[in-house]
Amino acid sequence: MSISSTKRKIYKTTMLTLSNVCMAITVALVFFLVIYIFVKSIPYFTWELVSTSPSYLNDTIGVLPDIMNTIYIIFAALLMVLPMGVGTAIYLNEYSNRPRVEKVIEYCIETLAGIPSIIYGLVGMLVFCQFMGLQTSLLAGALTLMIMNLPTIIRTTQESLKTVPQSYREGAFGLGAAKWRVIRTVVLPSCIDGIVTGCILAVGRMMGESAALLFTAGFAHNLNGFFDAMNSAGATLTVALYVYAKEQGQFEVAFVIAAILMFMSLAINITASVLARRIQRRKEA
Amino acid sequence: MPTSENASAADTSANVFTVRKFNLWYGDHHALHNINMDIKEHSITALIGPSGCGKSTFIRNLNRMNDLIPGVKLEGSIKYNNEELVNSDIDVSKLRKEVGMVFQKPNPFPMSVYDNIAYGPRTHGVRNHAKLDALVSGSLKAAAIYEEVKDRMNSSALGLSGGQQQRLCIARALAVQPHVLLMDEPTSALDPISTGKIEELAMQLKEKYTIVIVTHNMQQALRISDYTAFFLLGDLIEFGPTEKIFSNPEDKRTEDYITGRFG
Ligand SMILES: Nc1ncnc2c1ncn2[C@@H]1O[C@H](COP(=O)(O)OP(=O)(O)O)[C@@H](O)[C@H]1O
Ligand SMILES: [Mg+2]
Repeated sequence: MSISSTKRKIYKTTMLTLSNVCMAITVALVFFLVIYIFVKSIPYFTWELVSTSPSYLNDTIGVLPDIMNTIYIIFAALLMVLPMGVGTAIYLNEYSNRPRVEKVIEYCIETLAGIPSIIYGLVGMLVFCQFMGLQTSLLAGALTLMIMNLPTIIRTTQESLKTVPQSYREGAFGLGAAKWRVIRTVVLPSCIDGIVTGCILAVGRMMGESAALLFTAGFAHNLNGFFDAMNSAGATLTVALYVYAKEQGQFEVAFVIAAILMFMSLAINITASVLARRIQRRKEA
Repeated sequence: MPTSENASAADTSANVFTVRKFNLWYGDHHALHNINMDIKEHSITALIGPSGCGKSTFIRNLNRMNDLIPGVKLEGSIKYNNEELVNSDIDVSKLRKEVGMVFQKPNPFPMSVYDNIAYGPRTHGVRNHAKLDALVSGSLKAAAIYEEVKDRMNSSALGLSGGQQQRLCIARALAVQPHVLLMDEPTSALDPISTGKIEELAMQLKEKYTIVIVTHNMQQALRISDYTAFFLLGDLIEFGPTEKIFSNPEDKRTEDYITGRFG
């Protein structure tokens, strides 16, 4: 009795210590990374750097085009992936009553989600840039990002469609509403939080994507308006980071970009939690 | 079918629903067998029977709610006035506008009180604000809930109590100005006071509407209904005036059920 309880005590203390050590390492890594990037980037953080385009004439570097390209490409990709993804989820959940077809589609979506992004880049280059003749452009990049993020949007929308009580649908059908009206006025508004969650996840992934965009969106640092930018090649922040660090040896610039990316993902996380809290409050009200 | 003939002989007022040799299958499961029933205008018809006997399945055919369930097969005839409902190509939206439904669990939409009531009229094309306002307050009054919600028309209907929610759902159904109201155990989730209010309401509403109500509560059927249909395992065992079913049932199984010997 006493021996086994001593043994158990030792076992328990060991496991506790081990898990504490793991946790400490994780926290330390995160802090190290964040602090390292800030320390490395702060000396080079100038207003000029983040508010201008690079100029060979004056021999200056600016990352504004890269920031704008990132915003443009995310905006364009979201604009395309939202209706496609939400539409597919609505079809699968609300319209299709052919379980076998649904299974096949869902299997495809799962597979799509697991493919490494560089393969999307390769195929995107062949299909969008070459076959469809879009050249290397932000539009080709946005299309590639759309396909990559389709599974995320479909799945999060489907999950939240499933949480809408059947009784809401019955109530609306019982009043004589047609299917599309039921979906538009009762079902979709009740799962707006799931769709927003999916969007935030997708935006995070798009912002961090580089491999697929190296192939499709290119490396240019020109500052353009939205429509011109869509038609021309342009580097997003992650791609620019790679180019500055690896090809031009400009590590200061690379670290500034890293810091900007970290700010952006922090902003996304904060937006996500504020939205989640607001939605939660609205639901409880 | 002696039972249904008895019922129609007793009352010569018009049939709203005429059900003949009606059968329903869920896939291979034969859930309703050869049902015959006449549902009279401005009356309350109660459907009773132990749980799983097919009451909900039956009532959901009167506004074609079973269209939503895949794999349902129907045979026979249900006429709404003169329109065939079984396997026919009618305008289901129009049917459901005339044959409203209240469900077992109160199911207000996650919207304001006003928007809940206005949902049906808007669905059927009412856009005029004054007309909507009139329909909303009229329906809330008819469902005896106006006084309780008149100061909170714009707050969420989900904040109401269960009994209030169910009366709101009745108001929502009335707002499309139906002719028939189907209620599937509308009080089973409610406390006795709310139940009393809804029973009282049903008795008032039959002046203007025809009501079909599913209930597992024998007292309720006896209190409010004019006709009672007793279902057992997918068969309509007995159908007739409520006093007769409860005082002098023809079938031994009806007697056993209403005296509480099973179910
Ligand atoms: N959607 C469905 N699919 C298959 N079987 C069902 C479905 N709904 C009800 N049933 C079956 O039909 C029978 C009658 O059910 P129901 O009409 O709900 O009974 P009640 O309302 O009288 O309790 C039961 O055996 C039930 O299991
Ligand atoms: Mg039932």
